[in-house]
Amino acid sequence: MTGPQDIYFEDVWFSYNGTFVLRQASFSVPTKEFLVIIGPNGGGKTTLLKLMLGLCSPQRGKIILFGEYTPREASHLLGYVPQNTNINLDFPVRVIDVVLMGRLRGLKFLYTKEDRRAAEEALEIMGMDKYANAKMRELSQGQRQRVLIARALVSQPRILLLDEPTASVDVEAQRILYDRLRELNEKITIVLVSHDMTVISSYATAVACINGTVYYHGSKEITSEMLQMAYGSCPVELVAHGIPHRVLAKHDGDRDA
Amino acid sequence: MLEALQYEFMRNALAAAVLASVICGIMGTIVVSKKLVSMAGGVAHAAYGGIGMALYLGFSPQLGAIGFALASSLFMAWTTLRMASRADTVISIIWAVGMATGVIFSDLTPGYGADLMSYLFGSILMVAKEDILYMAILSLALCAFVPLFYGHLLAYSYDEDYARTRGVPVDVLHFTVIVLVSFSVVLTIRIVGLILVIALLSIPPYIAEKFCRSLAGMMATSFLLSMFFSVSGLAAAYTFDLTSGAAIIIIAAIGYLAAEVYLKFRKKPKGA
Ligand SMILES: Nc1ncnc2c1ncn2[C@@H]1O[C@H](COP(=O)(O)OP(=O)(O)OP(=O)(O)O)[C@@H](O)[C@H]1O
Ligand SMILES: [Mg+2]
Repeated sequence: MTGPQDIYFEDVWFSYNGTFVLRQASFSVPTKEFLVIIGPNGGGKTTLLKLMLGLCSPQRGKIILFGEYTPREASHLLGYVPQNTNINLDFPVRVIDVVLMGRLRGLKFLYTKEDRRAAEEALEIMGMDKYANAKMRELSQGQRQRVLIARALVSQPRILLLDEPTASVDVEAQRILYDRLRELNEKITIVLVSHDMTVISSYATAVACINGTVYYHGSKEITSEMLQMAYGSCPVELVAHGIPHRVLAKHDGDRDA
Repeated sequence: MLEALQYEFMRNALAAAVLASVICGIMGTIVVSKKLVSMAGGVAHAAYGGIGMALYLGFSPQLGAIGFALASSLFMAWTTLRMASRADTVISIIWAVGMATGVIFSDLTPGYGADLMSYLFGSILMVAKEDILYMAILSLALCAFVPLFYGHLLAYSYDEDYARTRGVPVDVLHFTVIVLVSFSVVLTIRIVGLILVIALLSIPPYIAEKFCRSLAGMMATSFLLSMFFSVSGLAAAYTFDLTSGAAIIIIAAIGYLAAEVYLKFRKKPKGA
């Protein structure tokens, strides 16, 4: 049974070693939200996803998923596309084996036919079926990213967390991904880290700016104050990138950076 | 050459070589792809301290070796989980302390110098029946464990964070792998000695890595390579009266060079 909130953060503080990189984060993400996370480099976006996934544990505060689980208990219900596509490049592993990892479970041995079929289908969706037997290191960066997206799709998650999944893929793969995300969003919650402001206007139902703490906005309106807080500078180039002006709404300034 | 097989010690040596190849093929692949080579080295040298202590106190050197190997590897596993960045320092300390402990015990135990030497360079020609039995048990255990947990092992070695998100018990797996590495190292010490054990664990998988597309393929290829190296090393040792462990490693090193040269010359653009 699912609570109304898929992700719930209550006064969460986190530090890797001493200094807090995330302070006082309190927000909740309702089911079927399409949350886009923006923020500067080092702002804590990846860290926030790792907290949701249970890869990091907060020093203070609590995180509850689906109304009743800790992130670790619920991690098999989460799909994850990590930011780094260059891990372990020497490792002898085929594309299809990487995608199959998405079907792994804690105490499940051996993959079934169904798993393999799903993995092949996910590769096909991402246009990577030709490369099923290629080694990961034989692929380009963007192709590797497509594979990691396929791996996340194949796990049939209830929340899909994507950390800058389009950083190095081409327009075609972006279109495939966003179409797919929109389709998935009819059933599941999407959390997407992106520097791409156009995504917000066309897909987001909520936006969070992260810069040491979380400014959560339950609508896709980005205010210039939010951008100011998140990036600390006037985002002229963002406007130039084609965000409609109605998205950049006036903000009543509830909080200072 | 074949007439050598009429001697029991030669048949035992051959059996030990095959079993050691199974162990090194499987565990060596995990050690190399998970980048645990220096940890395996630390375990081997810590084991030396245990052998020295066993000879001094008069109990089985194998027991001393496995005790020290397990204690040191669990300690290393614990530190690598907690502070990965300091792992290499901790490993080299354990490496040196294990060696020093062994040397001091051998000082205190006159008359055992030759015994300790045999652990440094191995003595496949003197391998005992029970060593073969232990190696057979470990080989069987590995052959059961690896296929059953293949997906978990692959995810753990390739992408630990992702494995965790899929609910793979990464920490349990990490400790299991480390315990298995300890047993593998201690049993392989009998064959090539502790100085060379890291070479036998790492050279065949390192060659195999260049040619294989999967972890399983790498394990099988390393097994075949390491069998080839140890059997031909054994033959060379028998024929030319050389130290068997050293002969095995030299042949493995030649094999590694041959693979590198082959890859250099193969890399011509195909087709037109
Ligand atoms: N493993 C780590 N150990 C220590 N500090 C870390 C670690 N990972 C990240 N940090 C620190 O935490 C802060 C937030 O990092 P994080 O990776 O979450 O940023 P980000 O918003 O994802 O940045 P980017 O846009 O570059 O991906 C940074 O200041 C970084 O230095
Ligand atoms: Mg990041």
